Amino acid sequence: MTSSMIQIEGLVKRYGTTEALKGLSFDVPRGQVVGFLGPNGAGKSTTMRILAGSLKPTAGKAKVAGIDVVEDPVEARRRIGYLPENNPLYEDMMVAEYLRYVADVRGLSPAERKPRLTRAVEACGLTTVLGKDIGQLSRGFRQRVGLAQAILHEPDLLILDEPTAGLDPNQIVEIRHLIRELGREKTVILSTHILPEVQSTCSRVLIITDGKLVADDTPEHLTAAAEGGGVLHVVLAARHGQLLELSKVKGLLAGMPGVTGVDEAESDGPGTLGFRVRFSGDDVRRTLFEVCVQNDLALLEVRRTQVSLEDTFRKLTTDARRAA
Amino acid sequence: MNGAIAIARREFKTFFTSPIAYIVLGGFLLLAGWLFFGTLFLAGQASLRGFFGLSPILFVVLVPAITMRALAEERKSGTLELLLTLPVPDWQVTAGKFLAALGMVAVGLVCTIPYAISVAALTGPGPAFDWGPVVAGYLGLLLLASAFIALGLWGSALSKNQIVGFVVGLALCFGFSFIDNFALLLPDALGQVLQFLSVDYHFENIARGVIDTRDLIFYASLTAAGLLLTTQTLAAARGTEGSPS
Repeated sequence: MTSSMIQIEGLVKRYGTTEALKGLSFDVPRGQVVGFLGPNGAGKSTTMRILAGSLKPTAGKAKVAGIDVVEDPVEARRRIGYLPENNPLYEDMMVAEYLRYVADVRGLSPAERKPRLTRAVEACGLTTVLGKDIGQLSRGFRQRVGLAQAILHEPDLLILDEPTAGLDPNQIVEIRHLIRELGREKTVILSTHILPEVQSTCSRVLIITDGKLVADDTPEHLTAAAEGGGVLHVVLAARHGQLLELSKVKGLLAGMPGVTGVDEAESDGPGTLGFRVRFSGDDVRRTLFEVCVQNDLALLEVRRTQVSLEDTFRKLTTDARRAA
Repeated sequence: MNGAIAIARREFKTFFTSPIAYIVLGGFLLLAGWLFFGTLFLAGQASLRGFFGLSPILFVVLVPAITMRALAEERKSGTLELLLTLPVPDWQVTAGKFLAALGMVAVGLVCTIPYAISVAALTGPGPAFDWGPVVAGYLGLLLLASAFIALGLWGSALSKNQIVGFVVGLALCFGFSFIDNFALLLPDALGQVLQFLSVDYHFENIARGVIDTRDLIFYASLTAAGLLLTTQTLAAARGTEGSPS
């Protein structure tokens, strides 16, 4: 028994001449909830399909709970529950009928079938729609059916490809809640490009671009590592009605220790100037105040904004693309 | 085999939720019944020869209509993706689809048993009605249908378009039925090869009531070939299915 739930080593996938994965490697220990991030076309779904067994890699190794997905595909597939992108379902089947079908194909024994069906139905809140045709369900309920199908056999690993895509905000909150619940007992890997989702559900983030891993850390670390300090929005005016020189004021701000860049930003109208001050390391608001006093400037507004995961994501994925 | 049986059961049920099953079954019973009773009363012969002569030709069209959606529909709706991640080997997916279609054909054939019974009832008091060729004929039809289903499934596996599945299946079934039609015009050796490849030729042998292992082996190999091609096409889908995203 290894403690790794997912081991991916040098994974390559080529579709014709395009290379979707270019030697991807990572390792996920048991019990983690991992967010898999990347722009469209980065190779998220390809990686998940390989793990789930519906796609064969061109080269490299992928193991689920220590079982190679190419060498022992059926055994590896027993260990996973998979919610594909777009959640395809048999529209003409009833919910109960469909779940029973999946249980049968998965070969659940008659003894374990019933309790597991009941548990999956309850966990996903499907009790009220069991007798409905899947084709008549709302997207939120469809997604729950997809999840119920994936957890039915109590797999070690849940692979969820964009589980909240196309849902309304209420449904998103519900599904996230469900995923968090499931994540207590299982290893989960979910792909998304909605960043708050990662911050609210995952303990680890993997960012891939162009088929390569560009970041692997906790959401908090990634946020902090992006740019150290942060950004200040500053609006200034003259204290005694004197004329303000843009370049001079900009120079004053840029000269403060710790400041890494100053851009013009929206002002508050005539006679005022707005700036975006980027800084690293310690807070510069105190220095900013001193500078204003010394130079006869009125500080109309100071607002500090945290660097979001979104900034990190954009920075990492565009940097990698530029380097390529 | 659990997986195959579960897949077959689902597939069989969905036949009856779509109009195709009723159209195919209804069409078969109507055409077979009409042509059969027509010849029965015209010829005044109490035999099922008309029915058994006709059914193979009807099957050329009807069997691909049964199999056309089997895999194409799963591809189109994306459910194949999920099916490929369930812990069943590819051959069981093929086997499940095959059994369901065979079940459909069996339902159609069972519905024609009243024809046989009414013919038996119409037989004069003299010689008893000979059930031997009837049983052999039904067995032959099932074997022939198996081969057609296997070919039709392969057609269905090739694309996500049902119509393509139908046309490929139809072309293959048609080809294997009428391949020996020009056998007389060809050199003897070649003619014999073509005759051996003909689904009809072997059916006629069986329908005569002579069950020869050569005929059985022919049907078994043609069915196996179709099923293997289907399974291989499914396996190949794992290499290419889906666009990079």
